[in-house]
Amino acid sequence: MQVTRDFSHYVRAAGAGVQHIDLAVEGVHCAGCMAKIERGLSAIPDVTLARVNLTDRRVALEWKEGTLDPARFIDRLEELGYKAYPYETESAEATEVAESRFLLRCLGVAAFATMNVMMLSIPVWSGNVSDMLPEQRDFFHWLSALIALPAAAYAGQPFFRSAWRALSNKTTNMDVPISIGVCLALGMSVVETINHAEHAYFDAAIMLLTFLLVGRFLDQNMRRRTRAVAGNLAALKAETAAKFVGPDEITQVPVAAINPGDIVLLRPGERCAVDGTVIEGRSEIDQSLITGETLYVTADHGTPVYAGSMNISGTLRVRVSAASEATLLAEITRLLDNALAARSRYMRLADRASRLYAPVVHATALITVLGWVIAGASWHDAIITGVAVLIITCPCALGLAIPTVQTVASGAMFKAGVLLNSGDAVERLAEADHVIFDKTGTLTLPDLEVTNAADIPADIFELAGRLALSSHHPVAAAVAQAAGAKSPIVGAVEEAGQGVRAVVEGVEVRLGRPSFCGAEALVAHATLDPEASVVAFSKGDEKFILSVRQGLRPDAQAVIAALKDRNIGVEILSGDREPAVIAAAHALGIAEWRAGVTPADKIARIEELKRRGTKVLMVGDGMNDAPSLAAAHVSMSPISAAHLSQATADLVFLGRPLAPVVAAIDSARKALHLMRQNLWLAIAYNVLAVPVAISGVVTPLIAAAAMSGSSILVMLNSLRARSASREIV
Amino acid sequence: MEILVILVPLALMLGGAGLAAFFWSLRSGQYDDLDGAAWRAIADDDPPPQEAPAKR
Repeated sequence: MQVTRDFSHYVRAAGAGVQHIDLAVEGVHCAGCMAKIERGLSAIPDVTLARVNLTDRRVALEWKEGTLDPARFIDRLEELGYKAYPYETESAEATEVAESRFLLRCLGVAAFATMNVMMLSIPVWSGNVSDMLPEQRDFFHWLSALIALPAAAYAGQPFFRSAWRALSNKTTNMDVPISIGVCLALGMSVVETINHAEHAYFDAAIMLLTFLLVGRFLDQNMRRRTRAVAGNLAALKAETAAKFVGPDEITQVPVAAINPGDIVLLRPGERCAVDGTVIEGRSEIDQSLITGETLYVTADHGTPVYAGSMNISGTLRVRVSAASEATLLAEITRLLDNALAARSRYMRLADRASRLYAPVVHATALITVLGWVIAGASWHDAIITGVAVLIITCPCALGLAIPTVQTVASGAMFKAGVLLNSGDAVERLAEADHVIFDKTGTLTLPDLEVTNAADIPADIFELAGRLALSSHHPVAAAVAQAAGAKSPIVGAVEEAGQGVRAVVEGVEVRLGRPSFCGAEALVAHATLDPEASVVAFSKGDEKFILSVRQGLRPDAQAVIAALKDRNIGVEILSGDREPAVIAAAHALGIAEWRAGVTPADKIARIEELKRRGTKVLMVGDGMNDAPSLAAAHVSMSPISAAHLSQATADLVFLGRPLAPVVAAIDSARKALHLMRQNLWLAIAYNVLAVPVAISGVVTPLIAAAAMSGSSILVMLNSLRARSASREIV
Repeated sequence: MEILVILVPLALMLGGAGLAAFFWSLRSGQYDDLDGAAWRAIADDDPPPQEAPAKR
């Protein structure tokens, strides 16, 4: 059987006879890597462009059409020492990029307009106290209007649109008072300019937009960056399947290029990348990523298999089905839809603040107008004063208070290995007071490890590891990794379903089932961990047994202790069998656990806790966890999780340790504290500034100074979220 | 004060030119890889011959 790799799915035409591909690359950190990659790839004939993007960790490649196979670039990068895989821009990421560019354009327009309007405003402010002629002042005001009005109309779009959306849904958000404030300030300034008045607020309005756009842009940029990293990680998992293109010919194609009805080959040691039904072959499969169950299941003709299942022993032919055909998946999808629909729309802190803030401010402005009229002022003067109140209270600091903290906090989390999937996750995570862990793949590591390596002589273990390199079986892979084996034994033969054997220095060595190595007697007498899989190794007459199982994450115990220290309840809900769950709960000192629970049971438990007023953080990786991830107050998944779970979780953490869970909770709590503090700062500013505005003595100069002063204060305070404590556990 | 007739349009034009330059730099992808650009400036080797016209 001939195997080829087909990456044509990712290649796109880039104009006149040139083809383009984007590769995600692992391990690019510095200028040296950039130069090495760009030079290494440019050296290939017919390559017209090789450019590294260090921010997104990607390479853009272009070459003359029909001259090169993209697989060659990946091989070349591997020679250079980098793992690479084609990357396909998801629509979600493309939207983020477009949005980010739009905000930057708005920010550019607003910033340039602010500079120019300021340049005109300063002569007016100083002229008012010296010798400026009224005609000159009017001229400068008209020029300011000429710059500020179109700039505000363009740069204000993000706020106006969001405010309009909120109002047409009959709710309100922070953008409503902002939009009203900006429009009123500009409108009043035009009227005042027509009436040859002394003061106009063009500078204040456009400066307000600039400051707020800085906050928006930072927030958006952080989200874009997180999305890019998540996209790369997904691409580098390189989910491919061996698709039959002829009766005896297979091609390794990316999952995205596989359609229902295609037939794929699933070899031992491979993780299934599609949902389908077995049509030929017989094997044991590991469905722990789907159901949480760690015991292997036998698959033969007619057995449904799901993306994420690991094939253990035999070779299977699988017919790809449309996602909804599979029964388990359909059930999970139904639960997930219900949970998502029932997910109480969490009201963000900013929106809660604006819901209180907007009516108070608007009422104050109205009372100011009426108060001045009753006190005998003209309607014109009263309205001017009322608008000044709106301008001075326009929530500049309030609008920055939350996005700036959010940006800094998500940057700190990013460094700790946590990616944010949803915008309000930080606030919700800070409130969590009960953590539910899934066991398989969350508390334990997704890969297997050898538990009794210390009992085996080092030279024997190393030999076993080298022999294991010749097998695809996941258990053998675990042995090879544990032994740190690099060079396979030449001439090793794998016997399907039995093990591997070879002859080393005239002695036969075997690794595999105990019966294959003649070690049944040894296994029968040993006291073994009931959870572990047993493999035997023989060298001539010497026999050894190796016990292999999923190990707990290295720092799981410390993390559980750290959570308890923080007065957070901890609980295990697992789909696995009772003995396995008891063992894990016991090792970690978790008193509360439930074994053998179905996805529906998990949701029921979360609902029960919810009714008691507990805010649940669900940490899980399996497809069976996806509905409960959606049902919980906030949720987290390891990067090794099933697609569906990762897409549902609010946060995703990287790497082998569990510590990011605690780090994320700590950063989130600190961030929420700072957000509240910022809101109080903004309120304190208003308490000081509003009486001045009501008294009618505010000039545009005072407004500008007050506004920038409070904004800078809030931004500086937000930066404190950076010093996230590193001593986690 | 007749000088304003020259200075004001000049100031507006300069501001407009700055904004146009910003738009141009944004469109030509100069903000797409801020980390990489920082390093490229100090790379001591000659860039590869097919130095990239960043077009997209």
